Amino acid sequence: MSYPSNSLLRVDDRIRKRNAAETRFKAYGITAIVIAVLALAVLLTSVLGSGLSAFRQTYLTVNVQLPEAKLDKSGVRDPAVMRKVTTIGYASLLRDGLLDTMQDAGITTQMSKKDVAKLISKEAPATVRNHVLANPEVIGTTMTFDLLAQGRIDGFFKGRVTLESAALDGNTSPEALMLAQELKEAGLLETRLNWDFLIAPDASDQRPEAAGLGVAILGSLYMMLVVLVLALPIGVASSIYLEEFAPKNRWTDLIEVNISNLAAVPSIVYGILGLAIFINFMELNQSSPLVGGLVLTLMTLPTIIISTRASLKSVPPSIRDAALGVGASKMQAVFHHVLPLAAPGILTGTIIGLAQALGETAPLLLIGMVAFVREYPAAFSPDAGLFGEASTALPVQIYNWTQRADPGFVERASGAIITLLVFLFIMNIIAIMLRRKFERRW
Amino acid sequence: MSLMKTTATTLALTLVSTAAFARDNVQVAGSSTVLPYAAIVAEAFGENFEFPTPVVESGGSSAGLKRFCEGVGENTIDIANASRKIKSKEVKACAEAGVTNIIEVRIGYDGIVFASDINGNSFEFTPADWYLALAAETPKDGAMVANTTASWSAVNPAFPDQPIQAFIPGTKHGTREVFEEKVILAGCEESGAMAQIMEINGGDEDAAEGTCMAIRTDGRSVDIDGDYTETLARIQADANGIGVFGLAFYENNTDKLQVATMSGVQPTTDSIAAGDYPVSRPLYFYIKADHIGVVPGVKEFAEFFVSDDMAGPDGPLAEYGLVSDPALAEVQETVTNEVVMNK
Repeated sequence: MSYPSNSLLRVDDRIRKRNAAETRFKAYGITAIVIAVLALAVLLTSVLGSGLSAFRQTYLTVNVQLPEAKLDKSGVRDPAVMRKVTTIGYASLLRDGLLDTMQDAGITTQMSKKDVAKLISKEAPATVRNHVLANPEVIGTTMTFDLLAQGRIDGFFKGRVTLESAALDGNTSPEALMLAQELKEAGLLETRLNWDFLIAPDASDQRPEAAGLGVAILGSLYMMLVVLVLALPIGVASSIYLEEFAPKNRWTDLIEVNISNLAAVPSIVYGILGLAIFINFMELNQSSPLVGGLVLTLMTLPTIIISTRASLKSVPPSIRDAALGVGASKMQAVFHHVLPLAAPGILTGTIIGLAQALGETAPLLLIGMVAFVREYPAAFSPDAGLFGEASTALPVQIYNWTQRADPGFVERASGAIITLLVFLFIMNIIAIMLRRKFERRW
Repeated sequence: MSLMKTTATTLALTLVSTAAFARDNVQVAGSSTVLPYAAIVAEAFGENFEFPTPVVESGGSSAGLKRFCEGVGENTIDIANASRKIKSKEVKACAEAGVTNIIEVRIGYDGIVFASDINGNSFEFTPADWYLALAAETPKDGAMVANTTASWSAVNPAFPDQPIQAFIPGTKHGTREVFEEKVILAGCEESGAMAQIMEINGGDEDAAEGTCMAIRTDGRSVDIDGDYTETLARIQADANGIGVFGLAFYENNTDKLQVATMSGVQPTTDSIAAGDYPVSRPLYFYIKADHIGVVPGVKEFAEFFVSDDMAGPDGPLAEYGLVSDPALAEVQETVTNEVVMNK
């Protein structure tokens, strides 16, 4: 079929060229998306591949005799006397317990007693000691404990350690791995889900198997509370004033430019500021979630102000005019009508600001949060005040673990990344849901 | 007006919390080399004593000592870890801030080892080999010429023909100083280059030492400012690489790294304790004596750190890679009697 020469349906060279340009542009777009998706896929596979195993842990089932002669020389369960038995004393009980348990199960080995004892994590004596101190009545009995296995043994059942690598490794041996395999077949060793990874505090370089995120998650939670309680009211109050009440003059212009500038300041600068003001001048405690929260508040404020102002601006002036027209004061118009309509946008901005603050590492490095902390920080203590006790945070815990010498910490660090990603994912999903549910279009 | 109320309450709370509060845990900061040892001791201390587990921060010897010298009081640290001795400049800065009573505690020795990929070539180094491989300029026929050596076989005919690629600690690390003094400078003297340089520059020994210790910057030697994990990653990516590590790090990664001998001695805790292995250094921590009795647990922690159970030859620190101090009993006495450093 042919069209007249001036028909729009006639495909001439120029149309063909324009169509080709459009196809090319679509192809560029798809390529860009494929690259982005691939990068994300590579990141996720590498993190999930090395980190998911952190949520599983290998435990040994050991029958331990708790003789009174060793654990409580006073015989009257005096805590002061019982505490004198250190974890070193308990370690020898565990060694004997493991050897007895092996004998009962009919497992024999050529390894020395000392090497067999190395199958048990160095964390285990503390676990047993704390149990005995909390329940003095168990002294004199034989108890069955589920104890953490050494990191290398754990790595063997997760595929991180092999018989070949163990032969070169000073911390374990192929014989130890074979013994662990036998224990597993006898039902005395099990790799199972490990909630302690999310609950337990950090552990030293000798016990990667015991390291957990408990203190870091608590520290991050406290900091987010501080940020939310400070940044939301300050941010919203200043945006309402700037947007609804402030006169438009050179001063407000200056403030506006500065807020936009602050949003782009590198986060480490806030760390330096925090160190100078909150720690050196105000003498707040180092490594405390309060200081961390204050620094992150400064960092999050511009984000919240900018998003709040944007959502206030998107409320049509007709709403304000109508409120004012029926006799509302300016403040009533803002608080009764404009603010509720802008609330979904404000909340979304706040959550995104919080998510940004949750993943922030740089400023925390300067205020002493990259630390080895094993005590759970209390929200309030008479000595340290509100959120004043030392703690770490999720992103700095990841940074910390990637620097440890023991290869077991690679898995821990990736596990912590997964945990952080899950938190960020949840926060962003909440932000999207709030926007979908409450958003109004005019 | 609940919004206003919340804001006001928050501000009030913030103001209340600005008052300085007491601290019940010991705070430690400093060298990243000492950090794992301090963490191991802190963990055991928290388990076995009634005190809370001390908080241990890293950040480097200099950074730790700088914070240590900020003054006396609850918001300053109690103990600084250092992988080198405190400098007189730092003692002076401390004194100016009121930190006059410092107890110096040597916890043991740390070996510095040279390791390469486990599947690569083995090496038996002498300090002279490292000097000839990494010096920026070497003396030749009465003049200094830029070092262009590209292969280990050119340094020492006994070595395989492997390109020179070294990963050494960056200048902010205490390890770098030890590397320069005990390997490069020693190699400079050993190879006779020192004498030649003094001939060229007219006998100025200080300048000659500086010339000796200048490291080439043409990419054959790479400064690693991060931790040993970074050095390990670089070696895993480049099989020709040879890296500088702490003994403890090597001992925890023996399935990935092979260690080179230095002057014919294999680095082990025994050979370092005996003084046979040449590249080692003492590790220290410094206690603020004025905090003893103010912050609970400072002295107990220090005593526990240097006790035979911890720092002794069979203790967990030695197991991790610390070379136990032969004079540990003296160190224990220093801590018990709170002997402060001479000003």
